[in-house]
Amino acid sequence: MSVHEVPTWFSDLGTELTLLFQKLPGSSIFLRYIKASYQDDPVRSAVELFLVLFALRYLLASSYSTQKKNNLALTDKEIDELVDEWVPEPLVAPPTVFEEQENDKRPVISGATGPKCKLANGRTVTNLASYNYYNFLSSETLKEKAIQTLRTYGVGPCGPPGFYGTQDVHIKTEADIASHLGTPACIIYAQAFSTISSVIPTFSKRGDIIVADKAVNYSIRKGLQISRSTVRWYEHNDMADLERVLTQVVKEQARKPLTRRFLVTEALFEDIGDIIDLPKIVELKERYKFRLILDETWSYGVLGRTGRGITERQNVDVGSVDMLIGSLAGPLCTAGGFCAAGAVAVEHQRINSPSYTYSAALPAMMATTASETITLLQTNPEVMNQCRENIKSMWAQLDPRSEWMYCTSFIENPMMLLQFKPEVLSARKWNVQEQEAVLQEIVDECLVNGVLVTRRKGMPRSVSAKDFGFECMPSLKICITGGLSKKEIEKAGIIIRHAITKITRSKKS
Amino acid sequence: MPRRFSIPFTSSTPPALNDKPSANRPASSRGNRVLSYFVTPKKQETQSAAAALQAASEKPQSFSSSISPAALPLPTISLSTARADSANMDEPPTTLFQPPSPAEIRRLQKQHAQFGPLVSPSHRHVSRHMGGESIDPVEDTPPYFWVVTTYISYLILLAVGHICDALARRFDKKNFSQLMVHNGYAPLTDSSEAFYTRRLKMRLNDCFNRPTTGVPGRFITLLDRTSDDGNYTFQYTGTKTETLNVSSYNYLGFAQSEGPCADHVEEVVRKNGITVASSRSMGGQTELHIEVEDQVAKFVGKQSATVFSMGFATNSGVFPALVGKGCLLISDELNHASIRMGSRWSGATIKMFKHNDMKDLEKLLRENISQGQPRTHRPWKKILVVVEGLFSMEGTMCNLPGLVDLKNRYKFNLFVDEAHSIGAIGPRGRGVCDYFGIDPAEVDILMGTLTKSFGANGGYIAADKNIIDALRLTHASFIYGESPSPLLLSQIHASLRLINGELMPGQGEERLQRLAFNSRYLRLGLKRLGYIVYGHDDSPIIPIMLYNPAKMPAFSREMLKRKISVVVVGYPATPLISSRARLCISAAHNKDDLDRILAACDEVGNAMQIKFSSGIAGGAPPLPAGVTPEMERKWKEKGQGWFGDKLDVQPPRWKLEDVIKHGVQDTKITLR
Ligand SMILES: Cc1ncc(COP(=O)(O)O)c(C=O)c1O
Repeated sequence: MSVHEVPTWFSDLGTELTLLFQKLPGSSIFLRYIKASYQDDPVRSAVELFLVLFALRYLLASSYSTQKKNNLALTDKEIDELVDEWVPEPLVAPPTVFEEQENDKRPVISGATGPKCKLANGRTVTNLASYNYYNFLSSETLKEKAIQTLRTYGVGPCGPPGFYGTQDVHIKTEADIASHLGTPACIIYAQAFSTISSVIPTFSKRGDIIVADKAVNYSIRKGLQISRSTVRWYEHNDMADLERVLTQVVKEQARKPLTRRFLVTEALFEDIGDIIDLPKIVELKERYKFRLILDETWSYGVLGRTGRGITERQNVDVGSVDMLIGSLAGPLCTAGGFCAAGAVAVEHQRINSPSYTYSAALPAMMATTASETITLLQTNPEVMNQCRENIKSMWAQLDPRSEWMYCTSFIENPMMLLQFKPEVLSARKWNVQEQEAVLQEIVDECLVNGVLVTRRKGMPRSVSAKDFGFECMPSLKICITGGLSKKEIEKAGIIIRHAITKITRSKKS
Repeated sequence: MPRRFSIPFTSSTPPALNDKPSANRPASSRGNRVLSYFVTPKKQETQSAAAALQAASEKPQSFSSSISPAALPLPTISLSTARADSANMDEPPTTLFQPPSPAEIRRLQKQHAQFGPLVSPSHRHVSRHMGGESIDPVEDTPPYFWVVTTYISYLILLAVGHICDALARRFDKKNFSQLMVHNGYAPLTDSSEAFYTRRLKMRLNDCFNRPTTGVPGRFITLLDRTSDDGNYTFQYTGTKTETLNVSSYNYLGFAQSEGPCADHVEEVVRKNGITVASSRSMGGQTELHIEVEDQVAKFVGKQSATVFSMGFATNSGVFPALVGKGCLLISDELNHASIRMGSRWSGATIKMFKHNDMKDLEKLLRENISQGQPRTHRPWKKILVVVEGLFSMEGTMCNLPGLVDLKNRYKFNLFVDEAHSIGAIGPRGRGVCDYFGIDPAEVDILMGTLTKSFGANGGYIAADKNIIDALRLTHASFIYGESPSPLLLSQIHASLRLINGELMPGQGEERLQRLAFNSRYLRLGLKRLGYIVYGHDDSPIIPIMLYNPAKMPAFSREMLKRKISVVVVGYPATPLISSRARLCISAAHNKDDLDRILAACDEVGNAMQIKFSSGIAGGAPPLPAGVTPEMERKWKEKGQGWFGDKLDVQPPRWKLEDVIKHGVQDTKITLR
């Protein structure tokens, strides 16, 4: 084939293709366009065709080579030298003095945990550190029932729920929670902390939008991080700011294809203890068409007449909460978490939620105990009375009377979190670490006087601050229990108040 | 709680023996695999005279002599065959002349349903790397026909699914609305995302999430259910089926509701309560925690250890505590979801290497250490290599000797997740280090779960004291997660003491050795029957390859019909074409159980045509008299067959009787 023939060959090919194209619907428009633009110039068309083919080949070629563009070309010897020279950092940094103390001072309980418990050093103390709000821990009937379960089911289910790990007791517990809350379905996870961090990424993916309160707990934050969704924050418990963010999101997204939108918040905040205004939030989420993922880890079994949580306390239809996450490990005194939602959302989690699908099911003994305690709350809500009375007594001892600290928790929250008052902080100019150190001394002082309380612990700054700009102030954490009498609570309250006063006063700056 | 004492399997007739003559195909190597496309398995029975002659000349006399099926110890497993006077240590001897009382019979039945009696003291083996041999198991591939049909199956499934979707979108708006924008809300699950679930997984939903009751021991009781809407919803029929359990991770058989562990748990629950109702760092630490942690550390051979209430959370929380920005995390491509979640939480750069491929890992290490971080070329702060001890879907073990060599050269930190290997392998049950005879100090961090071999729930991390101390300050599950409860700790405590021989000496050892024997016996048997099984010879996880997606539910249902519960897994948990069934062996099984599985697999395998193996991965006929394995190895190295002729690999298709007859003794030598 000589050079002269090339154009003719291509034009032949062109005609053939033309014929082919003509058979396709809509091809005439395309052809007219080509004819008009290239004025029947076959050579130019051929060049263009060649370019198109080249582009196609390029596109189909492997896509990974681009990343290595930046690599330096090194010989084997140079690589060996670099390998010899490389010195990795130690796997963990050496601990600070405060960290060392933290590990040394962590209290060790000997025997059973309860309202009064014995420490390993032989002293018996009043325990205001466990979530033993209704003193289910001391119930002999619950123990008996758990032992009966042990004698029928053994301890571990030895497999994930999908692979023969789902036992009839799990199905029952799920049904019990669902009927307590009034949701269509429910799914239980093996650990409370791992529940919401797995639920969020199950539904929210890259490109979806999540609006979240700035003070949400670590588990939610990790869930948000791993979902790779676009996260927008609103000021803690600020409904006006929430509305601003929602309108902004809706405006920004107006032109784009509709993606899933979620609103994530806690009912009682883990790190602050305060409560949300659920009716307002539901109103907003419905107006702006967001789905609500509500973390009731700290409010389920606490708020409401029968412990149904914030929906019962604030008279909100549970149907307006799209996904309700709660814990069985807190006041219910077992282990595990749950997500109560519609049937579709629950079934979707059963095969898509990593910490459910790829982890062993909850031990049967935990599931039956949870069923028992939930039934107790429903049929016998009086079990909560003593705890509620004790909260009031403790408040009276601390919040109005202490010059130094105030309680940030909602008034019905048995987990009382106490922070230094702003005026104390501005006078003493304590940074977060210094506050932690003072709080630790207060905790130690309380323990000396026979009361076990803790600081509210969280991820150390170095680990948590980098993924999130907001951190709330350190606080003292007091968990009220109904297992103590009013007198005992008042006595413990006085001890705590005096410890706060003594330590804070002794630290002048 | 109702207690049932039913005699399992009395209603089931023992599976019929396969009395067809075993097919002895002429030598087929990988090259003429395509041929098998044209050879339907039925035709295999009509052997060519030459092939028959060859087969006869190769088979030692004793091997071909037929065994009368009646002589076989076959699956007539009624519990009455379980001898009360067997070598099992945990039952009192009963006098031969006094028939046991009905109450005693019931007690034994219950006990044996959880942990089978040992049939013969010879059914034990020590799990140990036998040195010299190659660590990576040979991986067999199916004939091309099955690869092609697998792809075609998926294409058909996808096409049908999309057609159904298109029709549903039109005509079934009510049920489809959740997948479309409605009322201003985007669908909760993408239609593409949920497509796999609705159109593929829904078809085999009855094989997943099968609800159970009672102890997941040697037998597991399933709640029967039916579906009349294509597996969308299920109705319980109210009946139960007791099945042989080869699905739970009950490696050492500690899933028991009685015996020393359960007694100890009961005692501790009475004394210490059910939980401690707080997180570990905030008041949830008891003496029990400290004691169990010391025990775990001693067991795995590390300075210090800490336990968490969930294995998944142990992994998802540990990586953020160890590595972060500027660090490199190199992960085996088949690592567990929890490792993947944790590594993403950590913020470190993540790279993957090919499963168990030390060359690929070394290449990756050289490239990354020499190039440093992307763009800036700053050196990496830390490099953490993460592998699993025993991979739960593959049954393969990590190449620990290879990893340790690389670690010494490239100075990275090594993290081994022993979720499935701890308790399950090694002469003392102490995981991969024990198995390969490697000092645990060579591995920086040993993680494991307490969910599997120990019959509890939770996970642990063992390492040097300074690392554990740091984890106690920065591990999310330690700070926020619920503290491990006394009932779990007591189960761990008792099972560890049993394994170590501190409690009821001899029983722990028996469990370890029975598990090792059972794993090898079944693996060898399945290979000889002609299955492609993946994984390491000593691994208690035995994946049987099925390939075609439709064979997953078929296999699962056929096995269920024979009262054996198995796990089937397919895409996306495995690569698209390698759908499989997974058998998890336990020390609670005895040889009768394994023979029952073999008989069932033989039958089902013939019916479903899943005996794919080509012979390169084992299952070869026994050596003729006078030939030692060393001689064979030498011949093989020279590329010769047994009689000095060309190396020929035959697809193993043993008869069930022969498999059972030779099984016990061949299990104890290097599998071939
Ligand atoms: C390798 C690996 N790591 C971690 C886990 C999680 O353990 P758990 O079931 O105790 O949550 C598993 C469980 O399947 C696993 O296979």
